[in-house]
Amino acid sequence: MTGRVGADDLALLVLGLPFASFLLLALVRPLRRSAPAAAVVSIAAIALAFVGAYLTLQWSVHRAAAVNPSTTWSWIPADGGPMATVGVMVDELSMLMLLLVTLVSLLVQVYSWAYLADEPRSSLGRYYAYHSLFAFSMLGLVLSPTFLQMFIFWELVGLCSYLLIGFWYDRPAAARAAVKAFWITKLGDLGFVAGIVMLWSVTGTFDFWTLFTMGSMGTLPVEALPPIMFLIYLGAVGKSAQFPLHVWLPDAMEGPTPVSALIHAATMVTAGVFLVTRAFPLFRFAPDVLTLMAWVGAFTALLAASMACVEGDIKRVLAYSTISQLGYMMAAAGAGSPEAGFLHLLTHGVFKALLFLGAGVVIHVFHTNDLFRMGGLRGQPVVWLPFVVATLALAGVPPLPGFFTKEAILAGMLEVHRWGPFTLLAVTAFLTAFYMFRVVFLTFFGRPHHSGPAHHHVPWLMHAVCWALAALTLARGLQVAFFSGHHAGEGPDWLPAFSLTLAGAGILLAWAMYQRALVDPARVAAVLRPIDWMARRRYGLDALFAGLYRAILLGFARLIGWIDRYLVDGVLNALSAWTLRAGDRLRRLQSGQPQDYVYGVAFGALLLFVLAQWRLR
Amino acid sequence: MPLGAYLTLAALVFAIGLFGVLTRRNAVGILLGIELMLNAVNINLVAFARFHADLAGILFTLFTISITVAEVAVGLAIVIVIFRVRRTVEADHLDLLRG
Repeated sequence: MTGRVGADDLALLVLGLPFASFLLLALVRPLRRSAPAAAVVSIAAIALAFVGAYLTLQWSVHRAAAVNPSTTWSWIPADGGPMATVGVMVDELSMLMLLLVTLVSLLVQVYSWAYLADEPRSSLGRYYAYHSLFAFSMLGLVLSPTFLQMFIFWELVGLCSYLLIGFWYDRPAAARAAVKAFWITKLGDLGFVAGIVMLWSVTGTFDFWTLFTMGSMGTLPVEALPPIMFLIYLGAVGKSAQFPLHVWLPDAMEGPTPVSALIHAATMVTAGVFLVTRAFPLFRFAPDVLTLMAWVGAFTALLAASMACVEGDIKRVLAYSTISQLGYMMAAAGAGSPEAGFLHLLTHGVFKALLFLGAGVVIHVFHTNDLFRMGGLRGQPVVWLPFVVATLALAGVPPLPGFFTKEAILAGMLEVHRWGPFTLLAVTAFLTAFYMFRVVFLTFFGRPHHSGPAHHHVPWLMHAVCWALAALTLARGLQVAFFSGHHAGEGPDWLPAFSLTLAGAGILLAWAMYQRALVDPARVAAVLRPIDWMARRRYGLDALFAGLYRAILLGFARLIGWIDRYLVDGVLNALSAWTLRAGDRLRRLQSGQPQDYVYGVAFGALLLFVLAQWRLR
Repeated sequence: MPLGAYLTLAALVFAIGLFGVLTRRNAVGILLGIELMLNAVNINLVAFARFHADLAGILFTLFTISITVAEVAVGLAIVIVIFRVRRTVEADHLDLLRG
């Protein structure tokens, strides 16, 4: 039992370190104003947290599965037990996630140190304060033993995302993207909060372990669960950028590239998948919601992949690929194999962070996001090798980890005979390989598009981080390939060859189109004209949301504004105007003539007299 | 003579005084009207004292007369001051309190 106590304490420490760093940076002004000190504080805190997370994982792996893994303290006291508790939940799921979050946060913060070196010092301090807050929020979300605590950190994470997307708040596009991300994810969060409140009203608890125990004991009100789980799923749809709420993620690329790597690729957007994985024992009772999840996930994957194929901005391509991979993970959960989705989440977190950071290097070199103005980096493997490793991982080429996790998801689909989502995901796998290698060929191996010595020097720190991530990706892939037996028994025999063929075909097509120019991209676009036309317009979804926003939200705001201006203010204005006018009329009574007053007195006295006489009679 | 006769006289004097206060435009005339009204009250007091055989009424009248004198003195002084300042004692022109 000593190990158990230690693991919980350590988890709390891991949670506390980034928060302490955030408090320090937020409250101590000189520290925040001086960029190196702020960076050192933040990086030291997250590095210690990473070590702590690693130790916690080591200490907690041998725990028996039947033991309640959460340590809680009562928070909202009420008659008959506390209404809500807070605490930490130390199980394998949260520990792996803890490790991923601290690892990627650490590397991204180190990378930012070089990437944002040109920023003003004070705003860099702000940047690191936000980063620490984000790490704290994400760790809190991961460790949450109750729905309520998870919701609180869920919202904090959303806030950090908003702050970091709008880090360059003087750019209108960034400010707009930040607001858009906030609004759209809030749309899903509405469902989430309604769901957990409804769940509480039927079960009386927010606690995961209690709920799971109730589920396995059969004391859960099963018939009430499907609508509740649907609402909770809505929260995941918003956060994990599932169709139709995915529109915020590409715009979120307005933030600094390291932020995109950390928040909008590796960690925060996976919160939805994490939620579904965490609450899967409850989702099991809502098979319709799972079916929906599988279809929506697969459809999101395909939709985002098709948009990635026509996108010209390197970061946006990566954003669409993130949406696509999130669709994969959600589809896996929907097909009843959340552990496959979760494994994909872990490996994807590492190599997608690498892709973004590599894109950051490329952007640093070319000073543009436009794919068609890059090229000619063949002679610099230090730049392209890590990126290509990550691309191969994403495309699903063994022995890189993306291959195995993607295959596990497809196998999970086949196991429950969901042929529809399986087909969508298979097409997506082909498209993924295609659009990722389109990026690779256009960025690194094409002809150089600019003249002169425009190749900017890239700090070694950025390369170091990229190489570290590439090594991690490779190591993870080799580990899965040789030590875990790569889930051999799960899928049919033809599946590895099938997915490898898909990836190979995608790579080959990209090579033929963008490297060798054997196939003209314009001709392909002409053949697939309707899809191309739609994808370039993002299927009208952004326009739809913008239209809805303008029509409904702004219309409503305008209506409220009108009511406030003309009804609320109008009543007050009319009252005061009437008071003024009445006073103006009434003051004419005061003639200033003493005799008029005497008339008044005499008349009044007479009246009283008459009244008294009349009464007496 | 019965009490009613005295009371009728007092009422008449009061009415004449009120009429004067209301209709005179001159401030001095208004003061005179007020005097008449006060004296009508005095008549009432004395009449009741007499018919009820109660000295209190007569005593009260003495007070009233002395207060009336003081009032006339103050009132006339005010009229004189008004005349000095505004060069008129016409009540119509004295409307500083008009709203």
